[in-house]
Amino acid sequence: MSSGTEANTPPVAQDSAAGRSSTEVREEAKSVEFTYRGIYQKTLAANLCKHVVMAARKRDWLGSTIQRYGDSPERNGVPAKQFAVIAPDEMRLQEHMAKYEPNELDVITVLDDTLCDGVESWAFYGRQPINLRLRRGGTLLVISNRSAEELLKVIPRKPWDWTLAILPGTPSLGGLWVYRDDGTDMRVLGAIARTRPDIFEFSAVESVVNEDEKLGEEHLAALRDGYEEVVIHEVAAGVGKEDDYEPVRLPGYKEMREGIIVEARKLGERNPDYKTSSDRTMRPVVNFDTCIKCRQCWLDCPDECFDITEEGFHPVNYDYCTGCGICAQVCPVEDCIVMVNDLEFIEEGNEDVFPMWKEDKEAYHRWREEKIANGRIEHHDYFNADTWAWSGGKQADRTS
Amino acid sequence: MTISKPLGRQTEKLTTGTQAVAQAVKLADVDVMAAYPIRPYDGVMQAVAKLIADGELDAEYIVAESEHSQFEICKHASAVGSRVFVGSSGVGWMYAMESNAVTPSLRLPVVAMIGNRALDDPGAFGVEHNDAMAVRDLGWLLFWVEDAQECFDATLMAYRVGEDKRVFLPVGLGVDGAFITHSQTLIKIPDQETVNEFLPPYDLGERLLHPDNPISIAPQANEDWVMEIRKQTDDAAKRVKGVIREAHDDFRRLFGRGGDNPFFEEYMTEDAEYVLFGMGSLGLPAKVMVRRLRDRGEKVGFVRLKWFRPFPDEELAEVLGRFRAVGVVDRDYAYGSPQHGGVLFTDLRAALYDAERRPRVVNFIGGLGGRELTPEMMDEMAYITKRAAAGETVPTVSWIGVRE
Repeated sequence: MSSGTEANTPPVAQDSAAGRSSTEVREEAKSVEFTYRGIYQKTLAANLCKHVVMAARKRDWLGSTIQRYGDSPERNGVPAKQFAVIAPDEMRLQEHMAKYEPNELDVITVLDDTLCDGVESWAFYGRQPINLRLRRGGTLLVISNRSAEELLKVIPRKPWDWTLAILPGTPSLGGLWVYRDDGTDMRVLGAIARTRPDIFEFSAVESVVNEDEKLGEEHLAALRDGYEEVVIHEVAAGVGKEDDYEPVRLPGYKEMREGIIVEARKLGERNPDYKTSSDRTMRPVVNFDTCIKCRQCWLDCPDECFDITEEGFHPVNYDYCTGCGICAQVCPVEDCIVMVNDLEFIEEGNEDVFPMWKEDKEAYHRWREEKIANGRIEHHDYFNADTWAWSGGKQADRTS
Repeated sequence: MTISKPLGRQTEKLTTGTQAVAQAVKLADVDVMAAYPIRPYDGVMQAVAKLIADGELDAEYIVAESEHSQFEICKHASAVGSRVFVGSSGVGWMYAMESNAVTPSLRLPVVAMIGNRALDDPGAFGVEHNDAMAVRDLGWLLFWVEDAQECFDATLMAYRVGEDKRVFLPVGLGVDGAFITHSQTLIKIPDQETVNEFLPPYDLGERLLHPDNPISIAPQANEDWVMEIRKQTDDAAKRVKGVIREAHDDFRRLFGRGGDNPFFEEYMTEDAEYVLFGMGSLGLPAKVMVRRLRDRGEKVGFVRLKWFRPFPDEELAEVLGRFRAVGVVDRDYAYGSPQHGGVLFTDLRAALYDAERRPRVVNFIGGLGGRELTPEMMDEMAYITKRAAAGETVPTVSWIGVRE
């Protein structure tokens, strides 16, 4: 990976342009994906898609938006996708729309950086790389306060060069049922205009915002902030996490059991085919020394992800934890279960940490305290009173 | 296709199919809407609620405790002179079937959006046409839309045709789940004045249920009465095509859209030797397929049926007789039916039986449960239809895109 380039020199789209003139490439239909968290960011993603089309409309292009239907984004935290497709004319738009989900994306925007670790809208698909369908020379735009080096520990490599654009800020999870405007949509649009003027120019999206009577000065300021703050990194082919994703093979009708029957598990066994951890933005970290073995966490966990040890402790099976935080709420012992941002666990993955505690309690506590110090989350951001939390690109104070 | 200049002012809006229906509900100035949530219908429920909340539409919005009540409420509201809007999807629509089954006999022009959805189990949201097709023999008029623009247009058309005094029948709009309900495209919306010119106020006349007009609706009847009641509905169903033609002419004159033919759309069929035939959102991949194959010199076309009830039998016989073969794409199933083909296939074959020139008709079952019908699948269907046109032996019914 090369070092971050100056933000004011946006890269030219390195499309698979061999043999075609720059005009031809510019005149091709473009697809922009927004990967988001179900419920929390559904309206945010819809707003963004709409603005991409309206900005493209400013140069007489046409567009459409698609909410990936199978995602069921009505489930909290589930990774889901929406797409905006823009094209210079009806014929080229239809070519793209005829395939419901675009095969190749010019831009993939990640509205919550914990999604960089892979997305799995249906458990049987397996965890898909965040940049699975990013085209050659495409742009992955992430809202994050983390560095490119950190993010590339979880984002898989590509066999070609691509661009990682990081928009500094706290991912907005401020849309539980009722959308709360915190300027995130404007910042993302500004960042797209900066990194990919071939999608739309800043002036185009600026005039869309100007013409919308529901949007005001603060939105224009957020738009400019996104344009100015986004940091662009060129990522070379082969840089990033090893890509071990294998597409799932689904059975044919002759192999399937008749009567809509699927295999289940005997009592006490876990189903290896239904892991739900990519729904998670944060995870519980347990202090086994202060645990009083009251079993509240084990009892109240909606995903039954707490195991039982011989000693009566309850380690978390992180393959099944969706990060809902109920365990931390019901635990009667202060700080026995603490929720921590999931990207703090890049090294550990979903590994069981109970053996670490059994082996070396002091090492476990050093580890635990470091995780909590770096990424403690008291509550989801939808309780955050500071709606314009991105201000100055700084993370809002979560503890207030 | 000739496009005349629309009258009045039209504004452009980016909407989903369900939001487009809601825009038409607003301009039709609907009086009563009853709602009960189910995907993908629920998008329209949200969109109309928003219009009422924003003060753009003044209507009674009743959230029922089930689809059964939802459709009963609208049926009764229609009888007392309210223009109503209702809808559902999949098994929700089926739960309302007791009400749906009798609405045509009561001759009440209820307009329903059916967001087409597989009949689960298994729990599935994706499009299949079997839900709406369950009323195909009962007197409902059924229109299948292609995109968000047609969602808007067909909703206005539904009120105009259903409320016509010669008709007075309920109208169902088949809207493919996901492909139309959950994608946004730019549509053109006419102004209120032009809509008013197209759509007169709802007037039940002497059939209005009101204390000043003492009537009783649907008393108990025995075999002395029922057959005559059925024949009345049959006569009304026979009058619908003429009413659609009139409405279509007005629609084109006022809004500048809708194409030459009120019942179906022909796409690149002029010199075609074989065509695919289907309904709903598959128009998009089908047209892309036709253009690609035409570039390679194939004489292929596409015919998209809009009105499934009334079925335009004579009109189709005349047009399809020009081709050597027709490949019918069914986004539905009809287990145990003739040749084990789909519903559309079976209807079309019946419609062509008396025709002078009969093309070969083959059938494709595909896109069930929301599975995509891609341009590549369309290629496959076109190839089989082409072989049928050349007189080769091909299967009468093929399932497309099913894993063996």
